[in-house]
Amino acid sequence: MSKSNTILYLDGVSVSFDGFRAINNLSLVLDKGEMRAIIGPNGAGKTTMMDIVTGKTRPDEGEVFFDGQVDLTKHDEADIAMMGIGRKFQKPTVFESHTIEENLMLALKGPRSIFPALFHRRSATEARQIDHILGIIRLGDKRDELAANLSHGQKQWLEIGMLLAQDPKLLLVDEPVAGMTDAETEETARLLKDIARDHSVIVVEHDMHFVRELGVKVTCLHEGSVLSEGSLDFLSADERVVEVYLGR
Amino acid sequence: MITGRFFAAGADRRVAITIFILLAVAIIVPLLNLAVSSTSAFYVPSYVVALTGKYLCYALLALALDLVWGYCGILSLGHGAFFALGGYAMGMYLMRQIGSRGVYGNPLLPDFMVFLNYRELPWFWYGFDHFWFAAIMVLAVPGLLAFVFGWFAFRSRVTGVYLSIITQAMTYALLLAFFRNDMGFGGNNGLTDFKDILGFNVQADATRSALFAASAVTLALAVFVTWAIVGSKYGKLLMAVRDAESRTRFLGWRAENVKLFAFTVSAVMAGIAGALYVPQVGIINPGEFEPSNSIEVVVWAAVGGRGTIVGPIIGALLVNAGKSWFTGVLPAFWLFALGGLFVAVTLFLPKGIVGMWDSWRGNARALRAASIAEEAGTDPDVPPAKIVRSAARTPGDWSASGPEPQPAE
Amino acid sequence: MIFIRAIGLTLLLLLGMLLPSNAAEADLRAIIAKFATASNFSAIEAVVHELAATGDRAVERPLAALAEGRLYVRKTDSLVFVGQDGGGGIELLDPLSGEKSGAAAKGDIAKVKVNNTLRRAIRDALGTLTLGAKDPAARIAAAATMFKTPDATNIEPLDAAIANETVASVKALLEQARAASVLVSDRPEADKLAAIALIGARGDRDALSLLTSVEANSEGTVKDGATAAMAKINSTLALWDAGQNIWYGISLGSVLLLAAIGLAITFGVMGVINMAHGEMVMLGAYTTFVVQEVIRSSFPGLFDWSLVIALPLAFLVAAFVGLVIERGVIRFLYGRPLETLLATWGVSLILQQAVRTIFGPTNQEVGNPSWMSGSFDIGQLAVTWNRLWILVFSLCVFAVLLYVMKRTPWGLQMRAVTANRRMAASMGIRTPWVDALTFALGSGIAGIAGVALSQVDNVSPNLGRGYIIDSFMVVVFGGVGNLWGTLVGAFSLGIVNKFLEPYAGAVLGKIVVLVLIILFIQKRPRGLFALKGRAVEA
Repeated sequence: MSKSNTILYLDGVSVSFDGFRAINNLSLVLDKGEMRAIIGPNGAGKTTMMDIVTGKTRPDEGEVFFDGQVDLTKHDEADIAMMGIGRKFQKPTVFESHTIEENLMLALKGPRSIFPALFHRRSATEARQIDHILGIIRLGDKRDELAANLSHGQKQWLEIGMLLAQDPKLLLVDEPVAGMTDAETEETARLLKDIARDHSVIVVEHDMHFVRELGVKVTCLHEGSVLSEGSLDFLSADERVVEVYLGR
Repeated sequence: MITGRFFAAGADRRVAITIFILLAVAIIVPLLNLAVSSTSAFYVPSYVVALTGKYLCYALLALALDLVWGYCGILSLGHGAFFALGGYAMGMYLMRQIGSRGVYGNPLLPDFMVFLNYRELPWFWYGFDHFWFAAIMVLAVPGLLAFVFGWFAFRSRVTGVYLSIITQAMTYALLLAFFRNDMGFGGNNGLTDFKDILGFNVQADATRSALFAASAVTLALAVFVTWAIVGSKYGKLLMAVRDAESRTRFLGWRAENVKLFAFTVSAVMAGIAGALYVPQVGIINPGEFEPSNSIEVVVWAAVGGRGTIVGPIIGALLVNAGKSWFTGVLPAFWLFALGGLFVAVTLFLPKGIVGMWDSWRGNARALRAASIAEEAGTDPDVPPAKIVRSAARTPGDWSASGPEPQPAE
Repeated sequence: MIFIRAIGLTLLLLLGMLLPSNAAEADLRAIIAKFATASNFSAIEAVVHELAATGDRAVERPLAALAEGRLYVRKTDSLVFVGQDGGGGIELLDPLSGEKSGAAAKGDIAKVKVNNTLRRAIRDALGTLTLGAKDPAARIAAAATMFKTPDATNIEPLDAAIANETVASVKALLEQARAASVLVSDRPEADKLAAIALIGARGDRDALSLLTSVEANSEGTVKDGATAAMAKINSTLALWDAGQNIWYGISLGSVLLLAAIGLAITFGVMGVINMAHGEMVMLGAYTTFVVQEVIRSSFPGLFDWSLVIALPLAFLVAAFVGLVIERGVIRFLYGRPLETLLATWGVSLILQQAVRTIFGPTNQEVGNPSWMSGSFDIGQLAVTWNRLWILVFSLCVFAVLLYVMKRTPWGLQMRAVTANRRMAASMGIRTPWVDALTFALGSGIAGIAGVALSQVDNVSPNLGRGYIIDSFMVVVFGGVGNLWGTLVGAFSLGIVNKFLEPYAGAVLGKIVVLVLIILFIQKRPRGLFALKGRAVEA
């Protein structure tokens, strides 16, 4: 399998915690510009896979390459984030004691060292970018509100907005529509499809309705490895997927 | 929105007022001590000057701790060590200034070295004859220790209680070390019997007043610096690390460096506080490294209100004034009072005095805003309940989980 | 002469411990009375031999006195006494029993004369006498004395004794004593080398000091032999020293384990930082003190049981205080470890000050029951009973706790609540009670640790302060939430500490250990036996 032209390349990755194999010989390839949905039952290793890609967990064995050439196992979270991998957590994680605007400002692409931050003055470009993102995530009228005061769905969006501000090449989005209303879910699907136009995206989601809405290739994980891969219709027809996940 | 900005302005105004008061005190108190006759009602006795000067040093120490604890969530139980190291650096300078006026009259060695049969000055005492050198050491030694310690600790992601415990172990190890006679820092007795600072008699009223003024001005400066740090993008980052460290990492920030900078700056501030403290109390001994001292600093910041700039100063002044009063009137009860204070503050006053004041003010304002809005028949532009929460927001509340025990990591 | 006096003293000491003198006392007195009539040295020597021939240890007193020139005959009644200077004249003691039998002026008594030939005869007689004593302990003591003060004249009586000796261990000692004497004699080199080999095999500090003097006073092959033997002894002793250090380390480790094990429950299992943990230990120690005070004043006969009585009481006292702290303070602070830390620190200040107010700031006297006093030797190891009991006790506490946690329903509930609180609650476990009781258990264990620590440490209001940092270090080092980790952590820290002490001194050793732990936590933030996995990271 060639790594060139892939944005993410996992081959034979395994990791275990105290004898429990959370990821077992997992191989997964994401092409540049592709959006992929990942489904699977609880404990299938979806979040652990994201931990490995973002440098939070080191795999025991296997290759993890980003952009065809960067070995991600040799870098830590901050490095990997700077290379252009953004991550949204399962539980929305924003800076609750900061305003929406400040949240975005901290996420905005730019130098990540202490002294520039200490003497930072917001430039007009940055203000424009923030305005732009606020428009996308529809929080423009709440820009001075504390993130703690947002609803669950709004926090999800703010987190996606922070991802956008980071301007990554690859976005890992963990359960973006958990706790959202149907309308919000549809909205989020549209937003993600929008983003996928010029980014590579991996979405982990349980909501089949939402996955169908995205209309992309789907990978089903089970017990730490890929069970099946293909369109959602293809997976729905796969006996094993139905057995372990979708149910009859 | 407008309300939010007003609160921001309120906090800034509070800082400005604090700086103004400190500068004014730096001028007025020495004047009232030196220029006013001792029979006058406005006369400030020398012991009050010395005592208040000491409190100001404590306030600076509390502010330093608050920078890491209140704004970055690092509960250091070893800030007393940085304070003491700064104090020792200053104490060494003061020892060298004694010259041949010591009990043994040795022009080369301080008394305790003569007593312990030292033949020559240990190498690490070189340079302390000069004030500038001592001043650099006051900044460098605590700063370097904090940098090295923090570099190791933050890189390996020692956080929370673990960090607190190893900072405590750090100051405990230093305590044991400085108690040793062969360390060359005077052992049990520490450094004392100071005579001159920069050529002025440390006992003289004028010198004491000058030291008091220096403490007040330094504290004012520290308030300004802390305010500037906290208000910058870095300051936002600091709080972001406090609230959601992993989020900052996945945004590409190196949380360890963010913490390390604050920790080092804070240690330097603590060192300065120690250096100002020593000439005013006239002694520095290993007791300053006692872990209990460092924890006491935490309660000052907690009483005043952590995560605020003015809070730790108010807390340090109040608790220490209380301590002076208690030890004068009911010495046996001070520890009961202090212990009770720890419990009461954590249980009933998690935001401290300043936080309580803010939330009380916030409530009153919100109520007023709501009633005005009702009268006018229009909604206030932000729901009042949210204003209250935003104003009352303190680091104590960030943990999303309910009050349940969680196994330590 | 020093030699004789030494033997005399040893024997006098031994006499007190031995059975009453035998029935033939009258015969002995009859022989002793002959001193009064013996007119010349040869006659006196005959009496000496006659006395020695009885083989009765009781004759040692008059013989030793004679050798020292302290045997007198009272002129008025020709009775024989041992004299000793006292007041203006000379105090007279009974020659056999040593009891005071009046005094006399110098003119009223005549000294039994003694010369060097006679003295040698006495010494030989005495040596043979004690070496031939019926009690093996007496023979061992005699051999030990002779080993420490070797003399060429001892060789012959020792040879005789060795020939008659039936007990192998005593025989070995006698041979060593003989070898020591050979080394100071003018025997041929081959004998001396054999002697060195024999002494070298003994391998203790006495042998070492003997060989040191031999090495200094001889030359040629003997000197070389002594040097080689010393080197060998030194290496054996180094091994014993290491053994001693390990024992000290294990002992310190058991103390650390006791102090930390309660913390392993409250901190490790519940995640509650209890800074008042040390004060729970202190309360246990003070409970012991109170129990002993009551026993001393009301039931002195029960003193040996005081610790056994104190154990449950200390557990209850500390557990009750723990329960109050949990219900009154800690339960409002769950999930906020830093606040818990501060609040419990406040509690610790209050408890300390309360104890100081009630009992005073000074150390309280807590006695050791008889079964905890004293010590015994294993080879070159000195083992004190209290340390040994504390080790045994700490291991018992550990075992019981392990059993409670792993095998009882309560332990199961505790672990269930730790693992998943909501699930446990919905399965009908009263989680608040489990929290409270777990905390009380941890505190109670600290209390019984206090009973043990009262035996080796000063019982003062500051008792707990000294243990709190160490205890946290042990728990963190061993790995939080893991009782075995605490066990290993306590003993390894104890042993490392004691091994560093000889090189770095006690204080510096402790500092080094602290620094090492700080560095270790950087490397393995979750301790030696950490739980791994996604859940712990969250």
